[in-house]
Amino acid sequence: MANFPSHAKVVVIGAGIVGNSVAYHLANLGWRDILLIDKGPFPNPGGSTGHASNFIYLVDHNKEMTQLTVESARQYQDWGVYTTCGGIEVARTETRMTELRRRMDSAKNWGIDDARLLTPDEIKALVPFIDESILVGGFYTPGVGVVDSLRFGTLCREKAEAMGALTAFANTEVTGLGVENERIRTVETTRGTVEAEYVVIACGVWAPKIAEMAGSHIPLTPTVHQMADYGPVPLFEQSSKAIEYPIVRDMDVLMYERQDGVGLEVGSYAHRSILHDPEDIPSNEAAPLSPTEFPFTQDDFDPQLEDALELMPSILGDERVGQKYAINGLIALTPDGMPLLGETAEVRGLWSAAAVWVKEGPAVGRCVAEWMVHGEPSIDVAQSDISRFHAHQKTRQHTKRRAYEAFPKTYGIVHPAEQYLSDRPLRRSPMHEWHVAHDAEFFEVAGWERTQWFNANAPLVDKYGVKARPNEWDARWWSPIINAEHLAMREAAGIFDLSSFAIFDIVGPGALDSVQRVAVRQMDVPVGKVVYTPILSQLGGFKSDLTIMRLGERVFRVVTGGAHGMADLKWFRDHLSDDAALVDQTTAFTTIGLWGPRARDIVGSIARADLSNEGFPFGTCRRVEIGSQLVLASRISYVGDLGWELYVPMEQGLRLWEELWAVGEPFGLTACGMGVYGTTGRLEKGYRAYGMELDGDYNVVEAGMAPARIKDQDYVGRDAVLRQIEEPPAALLCTLTVDDHTSPNTGESRYMLGRQPIVLADGTPLTDAKGRRSYATSAGASPSTGSYILFAYLPPEQAVEGTQLFVESFGERYPVTVRVVGARPLFDPDNARIRGVAEAATT
Amino acid sequence: MKVLVCIKSVPAVAGRITLTADARAIDTKHLGFAIGPHEECAVEEAVRLIEAHGGEAVVLTLGTAGALEQLRDALALGIARAIHLVTDGAEWDPESTTAAIVDAIRADEAASGPFDLVLVGNEAGDSADYQVGVRIGRALGRPVVTAIKGLSVADGRARCEQEASGGRDVFELPLPAVVGVLEGINLPRFPSVPGRLRAKSKPVEVSEPARPAQRLEMQRLVVPQGAAKQAVVLGQGADAAPAVVEVLANLGVI
Repeated sequence: MANFPSHAKVVVIGAGIVGNSVAYHLANLGWRDILLIDKGPFPNPGGSTGHASNFIYLVDHNKEMTQLTVESARQYQDWGVYTTCGGIEVARTETRMTELRRRMDSAKNWGIDDARLLTPDEIKALVPFIDESILVGGFYTPGVGVVDSLRFGTLCREKAEAMGALTAFANTEVTGLGVENERIRTVETTRGTVEAEYVVIACGVWAPKIAEMAGSHIPLTPTVHQMADYGPVPLFEQSSKAIEYPIVRDMDVLMYERQDGVGLEVGSYAHRSILHDPEDIPSNEAAPLSPTEFPFTQDDFDPQLEDALELMPSILGDERVGQKYAINGLIALTPDGMPLLGETAEVRGLWSAAAVWVKEGPAVGRCVAEWMVHGEPSIDVAQSDISRFHAHQKTRQHTKRRAYEAFPKTYGIVHPAEQYLSDRPLRRSPMHEWHVAHDAEFFEVAGWERTQWFNANAPLVDKYGVKARPNEWDARWWSPIINAEHLAMREAAGIFDLSSFAIFDIVGPGALDSVQRVAVRQMDVPVGKVVYTPILSQLGGFKSDLTIMRLGERVFRVVTGGAHGMADLKWFRDHLSDDAALVDQTTAFTTIGLWGPRARDIVGSIARADLSNEGFPFGTCRRVEIGSQLVLASRISYVGDLGWELYVPMEQGLRLWEELWAVGEPFGLTACGMGVYGTTGRLEKGYRAYGMELDGDYNVVEAGMAPARIKDQDYVGRDAVLRQIEEPPAALLCTLTVDDHTSPNTGESRYMLGRQPIVLADGTPLTDAKGRRSYATSAGASPSTGSYILFAYLPPEQAVEGTQLFVESFGERYPVTVRVVGARPLFDPDNARIRGVAEAATT
Repeated sequence: MKVLVCIKSVPAVAGRITLTADARAIDTKHLGFAIGPHEECAVEEAVRLIEAHGGEAVVLTLGTAGALEQLRDALALGIARAIHLVTDGAEWDPESTTAAIVDAIRADEAASGPFDLVLVGNEAGDSADYQVGVRIGRALGRPVVTAIKGLSVADGRARCEQEASGGRDVFELPLPAVVGVLEGINLPRFPSVPGRLRAKSKPVEVSEPARPAQRLEMQRLVVPQGAAKQAVVLGQGADAAPAVVEVLANLGVI
């Protein structure tokens, strides 16, 4: 065995599916001098990979997860460690069957085209040992398979070693991480200390413990998932391979059953949430099985046995078939259910590749390696970017509370707008008590309690004649009050609490260079100008969209959404000039938005300032006196109406809100929630949203956001944009409206919530020249026009105004019409309102 | 016939054993609990006897509330009902353990007839005192044999086999009797799902005997220095095959 090195370019900690994959892909991309270590033995060091059930279900509602899974399956297949057996998610109830129809929508969105729904008889034909009489139906994905994740890891090491790129050491425990100037320097191990330029923490449930050695945070919690093996099963003794029957997910009882040789493995997510701390995991020596296989707690499992027996009585009811092996296996859960990938926010060169399952491992390995080597992964993993977390999300307690709440939903039917209920309230705006007094319905984003709508505005529903949604799913986490608040805003004015904005200042001599190099739009603008700009990756996909105010020659203020704000902050910090600094102002300022045709009258009645179009044009900002406060006012709008964002110190926010409310009420001012701000106001104005329309898969040309002129200064993604504007777009973002909401099957009016496939009359999905499917990226009402809007990227043949298409939702088709190609708003297309030139209400 | 099997819930050790700070117990923070290995075989033996002869098998333990899990394990395998003598976690010496068990046996026999056989593990899975079976026999005035690796019952007599050098010693005992069972007498079955489900509704009689003053007090435990594991590399790839064949031949498995 080679001597333990004193230097490596990169040290990968953890030799499970993730660490092995990262090491291989780094080698494959040309890096050398890679050191892979694990405190346990090879090939199974004792982490979660070693006890994983190893099956790969391809379809997820989440695009990013599906892309990672499909890419992983491809890698497993390429290396011959993938056994295709198919998988069926079965429904015992009509409610679940409805969810499986939604699964079909997602399969169509992400191009898993062989997925189909099955009748109970068809399930029986594939799984002869199932009792189909208790089933309503199933969702079948023939491509589902089982992998040999340990073999894959071994191949990773062997291939990287053959390239001369990798040295791997088992039985080598990390005892410390050395950091200098916020950059990783050394890894201390039981075999000695190694200097490293990069360190990747890929050790799953132990990751938080290792990250803390460097003063960093990888927030996950080891969580128990129970598994038991029953056998020998007489039927399986005739099998010619380890698995020949489809894996069954018994979704309603949160369990799965799969053949494993002559045994039937039964796994459960139905038991209580059993959380542990990384510090509580025993050493390899002290662990009775493996460190991540905790003693089975039979009491937790027993209640599920009856459910399993009911579904597979011919196997599990056989007295000769016994429980041979059972464990409480540890898996890693995170505060929001997504993996933890990328450079940690606290320490440069210290990367996380954690909270990853076997079904995502190889793709994550590839993405993290690409990210390290090229600065960017080929799959957009923004939702997994570890820099997304705000401070509170890095704490052990918050992580555990969210994991505790989320574990029972592992196989749950989770509504797209579903809210976490635990560990709230955490961040309260200065206006919080006012919201409570007005019976706010709070949603949570990044820990902030944000009003989605005010129940105190319920009388507006009758005033504007807003209709309720008859279907419970469509109406869940929604209220007609949102549409009524919207109409009140358009009629007079609305006031919004935007405290959750992430705000940071770029200051110093290099401030202009710093913002210039990340912003697509020209930032060398006069002081007092507000610029809305896309932020791109090198490949020209979207990293964000946000506004930047130039407050001084050397001062720029970046304002972005709370959900993505911390990732944006890291992106700007990573691209700072040496002579510039970034100052996080998120909790220094609150933002109050006030928009509508009467906004000028309201603000003007207490402001000592010229608010006319000439005195305060659109797209500018300045300090104005409002009552006793100096307020930074910015004349822009995400709801497309006349008005301002008003920035004041947090502690003064309530005073400003109350003063505006007092003078605004006679003008018809209405307090509005984020339902208006984020959906209805936005959609009818054609405004795109990062994470919905804007992600790494699409570019500025396709999104209708190409700058009229490419600025001379270099910026991230500029080369890509120059290419993009030369080539014909493969898809164009369009505004569609739903022509008829009537369900063909039930006659009920249905309202799509987003992420539904756009199809032809016969259900054929639309695929663009780059292989991407057309789907509703956003969906919501346009109360001002009385229509219901879907945004979708369409191939050029369909991206023609007036084209008739269909949206497929829960397997049913509804006619839609392409109303706008590009960014022109459906409502107030000339933007007369926002420009302040609309005398009467415009439509 | 009526059979009683006495079990002890013991830490399921497999890796390195860690002691508590005072060295008076095994640190069970990372451990589950199980029926001791000899007693696991005694349970299987009891189930087989009832399957062969009819009647009732009863399982008894003196242990913490948590030991209910091991009673349920036994019930899942076919034992009809359980007697749980609940302790507060303090260790009982063999003398007081025996006294509590004998009281329970007498009470049960008074209510539902005598046990033909009382089966115990040859020694406890953790403390390995080798005493309780013999003490029960003496207290009840019934014959006792230990280290038994073969057991059958016919015509009111138990035929018990002990491994001896070069063969087997065979004992015939009149019933009722007490038998200490040795691991290897049988291959215990795994619990089936129906067995598990039935176990949930089987009766468990619970009582809390008082712990008498102990005459034998364990002072502290010592983990023996195990011989360091010696791994011998037999070779690489196909070259290793002859050496592997030789090892297997020496073991007598081929």
